[in-house]
Amino acid sequence: MITSLAFYLFASILVLSALMVITARNPVHSVLFLILGFFNAAGLFVLLGAEFIAMILVIVYVGAVAVLFLFVVMMLDISFSDLRKGAMQYVPMGLVIGAVLLLEFFTLFGAWQFAPEAMGQVSAPIAADSELTNTEALGQLVYTKYFLPFQLAGLILLVAMIGAIVLTHRQRSGVYKQRVAEQFARKREDAMEVRKVSSGSGA
Amino acid sequence: MASTEFLSEYLPILIFLIIASGLSVAMIAASFLAGKQNPDKEKLAAYECGFDAFDDARNKFDVRFYLVAILFIIFDLEIAFLFPWAISLGSIGMFGFWSMAFFLGILTIGFIYEWKKGALEWE
Repeated sequence: MITSLAFYLFASILVLSALMVITARNPVHSVLFLILGFFNAAGLFVLLGAEFIAMILVIVYVGAVAVLFLFVVMMLDISFSDLRKGAMQYVPMGLVIGAVLLLEFFTLFGAWQFAPEAMGQVSAPIAADSELTNTEALGQLVYTKYFLPFQLAGLILLVAMIGAIVLTHRQRSGVYKQRVAEQFARKREDAMEVRKVSSGSGA
Repeated sequence: MASTEFLSEYLPILIFLIIASGLSVAMIAASFLAGKQNPDKEKLAAYECGFDAFDDARNKFDVRFYLVAILFIIFDLEIAFLFPWAISLGSIGMFGFWSMAFFLGILTIGFIYEWKKGALEWE
């Protein structure tokens, strides 16, 4: 009773906030509605029993990805009201493309058949074995059985890291940095000299 | 739907959510109902030391903030992979341990790269 009530609460707020993401006039508001959507999706994951995914959704998506989206919205500095001005003239073309895509989806689903083995695998990993928590069940599979995908995920993260640095990092000229090692390595002879000066004449 | 036994552990969070949203709605509604409503155009006008606002509050800012955020996400994901590993380390044996060591090694290469490249320095 409470679970189905909670499901409808989360699901309806999720759908409404998703609608607000695409209709809000201010892009910053869209991102904030997106965050609300992430929270409600996390609630739905908890209802499904996937608590690890739910917590990761909150940590990674709300904590990091939403911040990135905010940065992008701020950085692009687009005037969205200017962008909308000429949008209506593209509506017929957009409708045609949408109709073609919809038709393709229907033909695809009409001809689609699931492999008989595939249906058995849907609920394979977390069986009725309720002794394990969600996170433990994941931990026993990811690092050993799915070794290769796990390492590929690491490589993808490495590529993302290097790509971000290559694309955005610039060496700035004319910036004075503190170089502690050089400061310590400097000797007295490098900085000053002692001269004998006879009185009455300059150095 | 998951088992009710599992979900009952999350019931306090649901109650907390309901109380929090109820309280915030009640406070906004109370101030809306109890306060005097006397709308005026000048009350909504932007105020900047007596002048009208010069330009938009949103302006472009440096891409370096974005770089720091991306690097944060990547290490955030690395930490996310560490949680299930730490919990089940007892049952996945040496292979599981070295699997994670290799994963961390790959990301450490990236970390050394960004350190040497100076991406972590602010200047």
